[in-house]
Amino acid sequence: MSLSEDDVRRVARLSRLALTADELPRLQEDLSRILDLAAQLQAIDTRDVLPLAHPGSDQAPLRADLVSEQDHREAFQAVAPQVERGLYLVPRVIE
Amino acid sequence: MTTWEVVIGLETHAQLSTQSKIFSGAATAFGAEPNTQACAVDLGLPGVLPVINRGAVERAIRFGLAVGAHIAPRSVFARKNYFYPDLPKGYQISQFELPVVVGGGLTIQTSQGEKRVRLTRAHLEEDAGKSLHEDFVGLSGVDLNRAGTPLLEIVTEPDMRSAEEAVAYARALHALVRWIEICDGNMQEGSFRCDVNVSVRPLGQAAYGTRCEIKNLNSFRFIERAIECEVKRQIELIEDGGTVVQQTRLYDPDRDETRSMRSKEDAMDYRYFPDPDLPPLCIDDSWIDRVRGNLPELPEARRTRYQDTLGLGQYDAALLTASREAGDYFEAVRAAAAGVDAKLCANWVNGELAAALNRADLEVTHSLVSPAQLGTLLQRLADGTVSGKIAKELFEILWTEGGDVDAIIDARGLRQISDSGALQAVLEQLLAENPAQVAEYRGGKEKVFGFFVGKAMKVTGGKANPAQLNELLKTLLAG
Repeated sequence: MSLSEDDVRRVARLSRLALTADELPRLQEDLSRILDLAAQLQAIDTRDVLPLAHPGSDQAPLRADLVSEQDHREAFQAVAPQVERGLYLVPRVIE
Repeated sequence: MTTWEVVIGLETHAQLSTQSKIFSGAATAFGAEPNTQACAVDLGLPGVLPVINRGAVERAIRFGLAVGAHIAPRSVFARKNYFYPDLPKGYQISQFELPVVVGGGLTIQTSQGEKRVRLTRAHLEEDAGKSLHEDFVGLSGVDLNRAGTPLLEIVTEPDMRSAEEAVAYARALHALVRWIEICDGNMQEGSFRCDVNVSVRPLGQAAYGTRCEIKNLNSFRFIERAIECEVKRQIELIEDGGTVVQQTRLYDPDRDETRSMRSKEDAMDYRYFPDPDLPPLCIDDSWIDRVRGNLPELPEARRTRYQDTLGLGQYDAALLTASREAGDYFEAVRAAAAGVDAKLCANWVNGELAAALNRADLEVTHSLVSPAQLGTLLQRLADGTVSGKIAKELFEILWTEGGDVDAIIDARGLRQISDSGALQAVLEQLLAENPAQVAEYRGGKEKVFGFFVGKAMKVTGGKANPAQLNELLKTLLAG
């Protein structure tokens, strides 16, 4: 098992996921198997292979610097749980 | 007693002056009603895809060329993952392993002379939105207008050794991004903000000390104060037997101290990975060449030219290249003052003009005296039409009343009296009216000479050519 239970708890916390007691060992095993697969790939000699950042087209299309979006605040905020004075309201966060 | 060496590196976020956002077509204008410039892409709604703004990339290339950096032909956008309500996607699109600008450097001027600060990199990324905590009980308000605004994060090597150097670097960088017109540099609106990494080590030690990062400084004064507070804190801590803990700190200007924001233990693990929504950003040589062709003369090149070709001193050259506007004004004065010594032009731009701008609290672009008028004025001074004293009066008239230099000279009869016959007549009369003083002078009391100069200037309304006056007066008094 390449991941400890603590590792899984830590990753879950970073991902803001609340795991139940029975999910923990299952995820530990699944994630470990993924890492083992990655370890297998790591073993391949890639010295002469260009890093692949993207599997699709090899070059990002660019757009001209123009304002093309109109204001749709009303439509967007119609589905927001809570808004006031044009602001989206969320549970209080302070760093 | 240990002598401490301070080690400083800066990370600066410069907001790029594009019309639209880095990955969407929403506007970037400052001060709009909350969330009226936040489109589906900025909100991170399902199904949207980012498309890179060519204007943002072009500004990054301009910057890279201006600091002599390498422009990566292929750079990659990555997701920086963290959770905060003003970051609706749950990640910021940034660049990590392969940034668009690599290396380069900036020359700074300090009281110790010139110094080169090396740049590590500069990368493109999107800004987050803004959270407002004050107005709502138990809730935070989120404005996503700023989300997706293009930023260039510019990172230095740990090359600075004092708060003075760090501020000199920040000022030079601020001047440069405005000079090449990639950022408006408005620090109040957050268009240019610095994170400062500070550590100390005993002088002579090779290894760096543990550093602390002070976040989000948006004025040069705060950069200076924050570094000084932090250096003092670290040295006192170590000398009292403690150790510096790596952490992120905030500067509180009201209490003039830094305090901990988060320590390394709760430091974020951003889990960077290439953004699958964005293929690599490719920049070919022809694009780079085009951008290079459109760059203005850069501050360092201009400063060197002013010193080497125009013969200006380091001080004048530095002042005239502190902003592109100051230099452009000087250039325009020179163009209007053909044949006039560059040093005279520099003296007036950095002297009379700077003082007047300072008194009126105006930027040079809003000067009440146009460079063309100042140029003409300097020409009249240089060719002897007016005396130095009258030139200053003329400048005052131009500043307060406006008008045309030559018209004012004619209308007010300010032409310098260089006709030696006219001047001689004035002096002969003065001597005749003041026989006692003439006798004193001839009796060896040479101080009386000044008395006659003063009288002559008064009679001529300051228009006497001073050199000519001195010479004539000497001859006449000698009898």
